[in-house]
Amino acid sequence: MRVRAIVVRIIRQFFRDKRTLGLMIFAPMFVLFLMHLVFNGEEYKPAIGVNQDVPNVVVEALEKSKADVKQVTREKAKDQLHEQRLDAFLEMDGRIPKLTLEGSDPTANKAVLMSVQQAFQSLAPQKETLKLKTTYLHGSEDMKLFDNFGPVLIGFFIFFFVFLIAGVSFLRERTNGTLERLLATPLQRWEIVAGYVIGFGIFTTFQASLISWFAIDILDMMMEGSFLYVLLITFLLAMTALTLGTLLSAFAHNELQMIQFIPLVIVPQIFFSGLFNLETMAPWLRSVSVIMPLTYGADALREIMIRGNGWSDIAFDVYILLGFSLLFMILNVIALKKYRRL
Amino acid sequence: MPESMCIHVEHVSRSFGKKKVIDDVTLEVGRGEIFGLLGPSGAGKTTLVKMMAGIDEATTGTIYVLNTKMPSLQTMQRIGFMAQSDALYGELTALENLQFFAAIYGLKGKKQKQRIEEVAELVNLTEHLRKPVHNYSGGMKRRLSLAASLLHEPDVLILDEPTVGIDPVLRQSIWQELERVRQQGTTIVVTTHVMDEAEKCQRLAMIRNGRLIAVGSPAELKAKTNSQTIEQAFLYFGGAKL
Repeated sequence: MRVRAIVVRIIRQFFRDKRTLGLMIFAPMFVLFLMHLVFNGEEYKPAIGVNQDVPNVVVEALEKSKADVKQVTREKAKDQLHEQRLDAFLEMDGRIPKLTLEGSDPTANKAVLMSVQQAFQSLAPQKETLKLKTTYLHGSEDMKLFDNFGPVLIGFFIFFFVFLIAGVSFLRERTNGTLERLLATPLQRWEIVAGYVIGFGIFTTFQASLISWFAIDILDMMMEGSFLYVLLITFLLAMTALTLGTLLSAFAHNELQMIQFIPLVIVPQIFFSGLFNLETMAPWLRSVSVIMPLTYGADALREIMIRGNGWSDIAFDVYILLGFSLLFMILNVIALKKYRRL
Repeated sequence: MPESMCIHVEHVSRSFGKKKVIDDVTLEVGRGEIFGLLGPSGAGKTTLVKMMAGIDEATTGTIYVLNTKMPSLQTMQRIGFMAQSDALYGELTALENLQFFAAIYGLKGKKQKQRIEEVAELVNLTEHLRKPVHNYSGGMKRRLSLAASLLHEPDVLILDEPTVGIDPVLRQSIWQELERVRQQGTTIVVTTHVMDEAEKCQRLAMIRNGRLIAVGSPAELKAKTNSQTIEQAFLYFGGAKL
């Protein structure tokens, strides 16, 4: 009953503060949209240099596949690759085509490989697969990194905005004196925390659904698994962010100090959650990711969205996220003791 | 302890770190009186009333409210508290704020509606209930805060500087309201640093630097010190040479 009072109040406040409501829903969509423009934009038109020994038919087929084809000698091609005026150079090594890629831009690599494969496919539609020798000037053919962006970004934006809004609104409760007012009532500490979790929970379910739908259906993000699982994970991430945000707000004196938690709490999670490859990092540093909620959220979202996996592959992440939320909630109830022992 | 007493403060001290904010205060508040805590800002009035309300706890000593040792959640249900700052949700309308606090105190349905109408009437805000609170003037917010603390018909009403920053006309109307509430049997503890307000209390406690320097009715305090005003009495008890 009393918890319900808090829940109703929080939801009412949300719909009164249109800007925050908008920020929670449209800001993540907007940023995802920008990311979409930057990374997926127009189909990339690769510049491919072709040696004289490549058969004319192949050159014609390449030209058809939207590639920008130039006849160059091997010497010139080397230079142009280094200067990034060419994305790739194609020559024949006996009967096997040999492709050299500049390699630093995953988008370009993908486009080149597609063009070349298409070109050869159209020449030999038989089932014999194309034997292609590829070498990279820079980088490697590991482009999964790029494919991994989407799910991590969805998780990140939900986490970030919920953390900030929940933290600030709980902080306001303190600075406005309403927390003290609440603590002058027979309300128990856990009831305040529960009220916040449920009130925000209802709202974040709505927010997470909209954002996931937008990313998957409108931005056409790769989606192999079940949408319901995506909702489950984004909901749990939001819960973790909410409980962490309200917990940390106890250690901030004003909104600005709440924002100071972003570089301390949020930004490190971007680096460790799998957006960037951790293989090259020192093992002890890599293990830092174990304590970061976003690691589990991002991992689960990737399992669902990219690998199309189900419950058995995300169960562990789900339990960990639930554990984080519960832990933060309990700490929250304890932290409120600072204001009233009972 | 006699039944006629509502609040007992027994040898209460409160320290924050090394700083002693309340130093060995003992006093009693009778049932159905308006009891004033008079003292300059920083004297420890807020700390003392917060302990009475059950938000804060004494470092040493005990406080009994309605015969229960504080803090106690059961007793807090019977206390109305109005903090120094207007603890209201600005985005919500006055009605929604009252609905929220009423629900926290367990009032629902018809009873809730009825109480909201009553308290709104009492503080003269009935016409403005549908306005968002951030459009309220300072005085309206104070009155709404007062209304919120009266919703659950508390036996004890604790008010921390209810009239600070309020114009004289409104101040008078708030005191009239308090008198009306008192006549219904509510015990009221009110802090103030305005000396002429103190005259309106049945009894007064003068506090300076966390110590109780005098307790009594305004007339007694003035008579004891041969002063014309409460202010002179305060100066006398405070140790100033007149």
